[in-house]
Amino acid sequence: MTEPRVFISILIMAGVTYLVRMLPLVIFKKKITNRFVRSFLAYVPYAVLAAMTFPGILYSTGSVSSAAFGLLTALVLAYHNKGLLTVALGASAAVFAAQQLLSLAGMQ
Amino acid sequence: MEDVIREKEPLTWGKGIRDGLPICLGYLSVSFAFGMMATQGGMSPWVALLISMSNLTSAGQVAGTALILSGGLYLEIAVTTFVINIRYMLMSLSLSQKIDGAMGTLQRLALSFGVTDEIFAVSMQQKGELGARYLSGLMLTPYLGWSAGTLLGATATGLLPAAVRTALNIAIYGMFLAIIVPPARHSRPVALVIAIAVAMSCLFRWTPGLNRVSTGWVIILCAVAASAFAALRYPVHETEAQA
Repeated sequence: MTEPRVFISILIMAGVTYLVRMLPLVIFKKKITNRFVRSFLAYVPYAVLAAMTFPGILYSTGSVSSAAFGLLTALVLAYHNKGLLTVALGASAAVFAAQQLLSLAGMQ
Repeated sequence: MEDVIREKEPLTWGKGIRDGLPICLGYLSVSFAFGMMATQGGMSPWVALLISMSNLTSAGQVAGTALILSGGLYLEIAVTTFVINIRYMLMSLSLSQKIDGAMGTLQRLALSFGVTDEIFAVSMQQKGELGARYLSGLMLTPYLGWSAGTLLGATATGLLPAAVRTALNIAIYGMFLAIIVPPARHSRPVALVIAIAVAMSCLFRWTPGLNRVSTGWVIILCAVAASAFAALRYPVHETEAQA
């Protein structure tokens, strides 16, 4: 996987990402006043992350049942304002535990 | 980030490095999972490292890498990266009001590379104007953590037992939940945005016919529809827009 297509793709990703970050910081000196645009941009991160997480999270591990257990754990931890690291590792630990239990019970 | 205390400590390079440490630790585990995902898809560890060092995004590069692995079109990669990272526009914009007005264009060009959700959140919690010294410190530690974690994850793939590898695959999603769940508790519009996006995303995934639409476009459609709806129905106030 080192053909030119991969490197061109990476260049596109990096270029687009950089432009998105760089242009407002360098060009815009005044605040955006359009309320709709400001509101839209404020909601975008939540929508993007939500759409990426669901239902993808359910298929991210060996089985939907272990992933569901990890999802529940992550939701509880996130609900209690735990940090990124705690939630990420807590979900992984829950999936690991669920996998062991499921294989012991002969369900996997 | 709620527990970061607003101190009067001068915003030096060293303080930036220290403030960046918790972010660095968080990035280590998440980029570890990214490195694993990339190599499990057949990518070389060095290519995975190149992606992390040139992109420095979580959601954006995960989606982009998935598209590379599945043979996505250049346009699809560009549009997906743009839409997922469009939030950085608002962050950079807010940051442009917060940084030292005398900062030169060259420094702005360099520092804009390091605008991430977490770095933005910590910067905006500081008192007063932000200088290049503080920002470069605050960006350096997370950047090193993101790169090192990627390489470790990419090369450790063969070393870790399969059960641990599959369990760690959920880590990135855990981080996303840690970002979106707490604000949803306090803001009805944010909760609504998340609910719409989740419902639409599930619909695309589970409806025969619709499930042929690639992940990149699904994220774009869900994000634009949910955000536009909420922006029309619940326009944010000036002060909320930076949250």
